[in-house]
Amino acid sequence: MFKKILIANRGEIACRVIWACRELGIETVAIYSEADSDSLHVRFADDAVCIGPPPSGQSYLHIPAVISAAEIKNVDAIHPGYGFLAENAHFAEVCEACNIKFIGPTPQAIRTMGDKAQAKKAMKDAGLPLLPGSDGIVETVEEAITIAANIGYPVIVKASAGGGGRGMRIVRNASELTSAYQTARHEAGAAFNDPSVYIEKYLENPRHIEFQILGDTQGNVVHLGERECSIQRRHQKLIEEAPSVLLTPEIREKVGTLVAKACQAIGYVSAGTIELLFDNDCNFYFMEMNTRIQVEHPVTEMITGVDLVQAQIRIAAGEPLGFSQEDVRFNGHSIECRINAEHPEKFTPSPGLITAFNVPGGPGVRIDTAAYPGYTVPPNYDSMVGKLIVHAATRQMAIARMKRALDVMIVEGIKTTIPLHRRIMDSPDFISGNLSTRFMETFLAQQKAGQG
Amino acid sequence: MELKEIKEIIELVSEKGFTEFELQKDSFRLKISASFNQETILASKPQAAIVKTEVVATSLEKTPVLQAPPQVKPEQELYKIKSPIVGTFYRAPSPTADPFVKVGSQIKQGTVICIVEAMKLMNEIESDIVGEIVEIYVENNHPVEYGQPLFGVKVN
Repeated sequence: MFKKILIANRGEIACRVIWACRELGIETVAIYSEADSDSLHVRFADDAVCIGPPPSGQSYLHIPAVISAAEIKNVDAIHPGYGFLAENAHFAEVCEACNIKFIGPTPQAIRTMGDKAQAKKAMKDAGLPLLPGSDGIVETVEEAITIAANIGYPVIVKASAGGGGRGMRIVRNASELTSAYQTARHEAGAAFNDPSVYIEKYLENPRHIEFQILGDTQGNVVHLGERECSIQRRHQKLIEEAPSVLLTPEIREKVGTLVAKACQAIGYVSAGTIELLFDNDCNFYFMEMNTRIQVEHPVTEMITGVDLVQAQIRIAAGEPLGFSQEDVRFNGHSIECRINAEHPEKFTPSPGLITAFNVPGGPGVRIDTAAYPGYTVPPNYDSMVGKLIVHAATRQMAIARMKRALDVMIVEGIKTTIPLHRRIMDSPDFISGNLSTRFMETFLAQQKAGQG
Repeated sequence: MELKEIKEIIELVSEKGFTEFELQKDSFRLKISASFNQETILASKPQAAIVKTEVVATSLEKTPVLQAPPQVKPEQELYKIKSPIVGTFYRAPSPTADPFVKVGSQIKQGTVICIVEAMKLMNEIESDIVGEIVEIYVENNHPVEYGQPLFGVKVN
């Protein structure tokens, strides 16, 4: 097992990794930018190094600074958290070259899964169904027209290197295709320095459901069930839950077995997530694979009792998983609300000083946060200030628990998404489990109409 | 050098809160280093410092070890050259070479004052100011953070 781990991240996930290390008896080194000197991860790690000025490009994303910090502190391993360098294959390679264990999958797996077209090919070969679409990159408008006619409208044109909605166009008929294709290529070129796009079938009201998997270096792979992550705004998840109301135990077992086999086929090691689109008839399609620990990992931890961050660390140290698929049990229901420093209606960022901060407690409530009273949310990084997670025997009880927890979660001085979450918990669509990736669009329109 | 002068120097050194002081005059060399305990360093106004003195080189005069006065005022007038990167601090281009600068060295913009090694790369750090080095805060071959003060400079 490792003696000392450097955490190449900040905020709640840096604290989350520190807690895991503490419980495993591993020393921790935090890194921080000048904007984060008052952060909890700096305070609670055994050691801390300032690695640069506030902009992430010169601190948390600056590989030489991160590696240099790891070298002067003589760590055995680096946990990248999520975001920043977590899915940077080059960083994983540099760690390897410097004899520092990267806590995550191999650079090769990160690289393959980081390229959407390559990822789809790999997963198709490994047995996962894909949305009908182009076989890789679409090189010309003529090709685009032929493919779209074959799969049927609506279709979506997506950047191969894309993410966050850029380089993405929904096309509902043939007349829109030429300009959509060209715009998407142009956007992709500008945003990702790679104009490659592909085309696939567009589902009108899909659910975003993802499966958590864990693979060890001995070739054991298990799945830990799914997370329903359909409540998103502009491709940013707001609320996640496990399990999904859509999936029966039979479908869970069928899909879970399939994704675990696929990950085994590609020799995947560490924690990973297979993102799928589901339609309401439970047809499912592979979207992408995330090769990191995810923000919403706690809902899986709550219903399975598996500590995913500790599992990542143990796997990186070469230990076997220590349990098999038959040992995995799903208990109750868990919901997570992301508390963001944002205006709850306009979604404008709201950094600044937190003047009052009260976190709920009591049975079945978990808070993952790096905020505290007197903490200033810096404007330099993402807006999430914490995650409120509940666990209860049933979904209905989990919603009741989330409501009472949100009611006493007080964050003053900045605007947060707490009031938004409280309203979503009262939404009939949410309560009935009628979810799709269009949920927020519909919900916000209803709210607006209700107010007017 | 008179004992009185050395006393005065020690008083001055501890008053200014220096961690290290070196003086060379003909064949006489005086080196004073102060080590603060951790609480003292963390406090914004250091209240006590342990000051050690050692006479390094040949002097005909005997120099007794002196106790420094406990009061140390925070220095204000020194310009601090900070480390632009995280890494390992080296005062010389190679282990056997002379240091780039010493206390008393005159520097100007562009003068190489030290090396900070990051990822096996030796990054020469240049001065961004004209003045005289009066303090060196970090020991050779020690790790430094981004933004950590390396040198105290009396600006000309």
